[in-house]
Amino acid sequence: MNRLLVALSLLVAPALALAGGPLEGQTERQPLNLHAIGMFLAFVALTMGITWWAASRTKSASDYYTAGGGITGFQNGLAIAGDYMSAATLLGLTAMVFGQGYDGYIYMIAWFVGWPIILFLMAERLRNLGKFTFADITSYRLDQGKVRTLAAVSSLTVVIFYLVAQMVGAGQLIKLLFGLPYEVAVIAVGALMMVYVIFGGMIATTWVQIIKAGMLLCGGTLVAVLAMSHFDFSFTRLVSEATARFAEVNLVKDAAGNLVGKDLLAPGGFLSNPINAISLGLGLMFGTAGLPHILMRFFTVGNAKEARKSVLYASAFVGYFFNVIFIMGLTAIILVGKDPAFFEKGLVPAAGVAGKVVGGNNMVAMHLAKFVGGNLLLGFLAAVAFATILAVVSGLALAGASAVSHDLYARVIKKGKATEADEMRVSKLATIALGLIAIGLGILFEKQNVAFMVGVAFGIAAAANFPVLILSMYWRGLTTRGALAGGITGLVSSVTLVFLSRSVWVNVLGNATPIFPWEQPALFAMPAAFLAAFVFSRLDATERARSEIEAFDDQWVRAQTGFGAAGASKH
Amino acid sequence: MSSEMYSRMKQNPKFQELVKTRGRYAAGLSAIVLVAFFGYILMVAFSPRTLALRFSEGGTLTVGIVAELSMFIGFWILVALYVRRANGEFDALTAEIIEQAKADIAAQSRGVA
Repeated sequence: MNRLLVALSLLVAPALALAGGPLEGQTERQPLNLHAIGMFLAFVALTMGITWWAASRTKSASDYYTAGGGITGFQNGLAIAGDYMSAATLLGLTAMVFGQGYDGYIYMIAWFVGWPIILFLMAERLRNLGKFTFADITSYRLDQGKVRTLAAVSSLTVVIFYLVAQMVGAGQLIKLLFGLPYEVAVIAVGALMMVYVIFGGMIATTWVQIIKAGMLLCGGTLVAVLAMSHFDFSFTRLVSEATARFAEVNLVKDAAGNLVGKDLLAPGGFLSNPINAISLGLGLMFGTAGLPHILMRFFTVGNAKEARKSVLYASAFVGYFFNVIFIMGLTAIILVGKDPAFFEKGLVPAAGVAGKVVGGNNMVAMHLAKFVGGNLLLGFLAAVAFATILAVVSGLALAGASAVSHDLYARVIKKGKATEADEMRVSKLATIALGLIAIGLGILFEKQNVAFMVGVAFGIAAAANFPVLILSMYWRGLTTRGALAGGITGLVSSVTLVFLSRSVWVNVLGNATPIFPWEQPALFAMPAAFLAAFVFSRLDATERARSEIEAFDDQWVRAQTGFGAAGASKH
Repeated sequence: MSSEMYSRMKQNPKFQELVKTRGRYAAGLSAIVLVAFFGYILMVAFSPRTLALRFSEGGTLTVGIVAELSMFIGFWILVALYVRRANGEFDALTAEIIEQAKADIAAQSRGVA
């Protein structure tokens, strides 16, 4: 029973780290960290300068939403990596390797594997068919009003849940890293996000993400290299020392019921249920391919060639960084794990007791930075974490604002007759509204467990956005009715299943056992959405359905060749 | 104009060839990624001990680490292979198809005039 509880509790933390979500639970406020604040202010000053420069270059709606399509594949690859790797990736996954060993590494490949699939199946088609939002693609030959409204509603739901989760995580993290009060941290993040997005649009957002990705890659590499120098750069020595130490502090029962040291390099408990494992893999892979702020990045490059290169660079950076985190986690087992200064009660002599890390396990990466590079490196890594949050929330806010202004206002309400100036004004108002909602809910949910919010965001992305998007690109037979049925089924089933699963039913509502026993809804909600879209499209015998099916041919040729695609605007 | 371009391109046998070749290539690469990844996930679920096996007695390299590192590198190589072929061969073919459709339409309008 005890083991089961441990296995279950292990499921929550990684689910968070995975989804790029917030850090779980409340943190304790730490003493004011001046190095970190100084370096973060330098980052803010730099990005404000860029925002000012970007504002002068943001003239048309295309500049605002997609940087005029003028981002190169390399820049976009960095920006995607910056958009994708959150603070929880750095802190949460390092903590997982530190605490659970090889399991952390398994999660990293699940986090990575969506990228090749996005390239092979989607990247160039997104670029060839889309303009500003992914609803441009789903509504390409279907009913503009209905399909766009659905896409905008599901995009906004994803954005708001993800945004609030990030805000709560940001507040806890900044309290921990910088020693600032929670509310101050949330308001600062919300205010900076609004400034970047309102004044600098996609150009500023992209550069914030690029700079952040650069800082993250450099900071992580520096920590990993310095840490490896303590092991004479020998992976063999690192692993044998870490394995020995890991087995000392982590005990498990073997087949005979004897307590033995846990093997650092053996998979542990949390993916032992195959349904959970497959559902999680599906949810991550296709959730990534249905997140509006990630999809939007593909419209910022000039053509399909650059869109493909974006994935080439992005996957290189993401894959590289995960392996850096693996090294950080392994070295931390020795460097942090054997230093009494990093434990609340020092090192506990008894075997099988790991002791409580100061500030919680999420601080392991920070402690490692302090151990290998002193307060200066600690400050730098803390500033990187703050910058990381800003880059992620800015991308989210822009995606949410464009769903309101481009989809709902310009296309659904004004039926394509809105002027560009009006559309951009609405977008800026929407950004302010989203910023205020995020700050308000962020403060309101301070003491709540927000893990489920990331689950909801990924669930909707995988089960509502992805099926409609992929069918609209690949299946001639999709009709408006089918798209609506599929999208609504995915939306409702994924939200319902998350609420019936442990993350809400038990952790938030306090019931004893979950009604839905698995962690990720994707394995069930995705097939339901596909089935609904298929059945309702097939049963749709209206005149409109016939013309929608006929319109597929032109769309197919455009998707394949890029002829007629929105080009890069010239400056 | 656009619609006429699209129907002309679609009739071009080269277009059918592009769709077929690129579609097969993308599907094949996707299949490799999916089989490798879900195969690995099933190993984690059903045979975790295999992943913890060392290559040599008392060694530090396990089947799991080698498998996963190979996936990180291998998947990226597949990405690079696709980008190389799509940005070279497939894009050249696409440009040919577009040019030919344009030329056909221009020739036709001259004929009418």
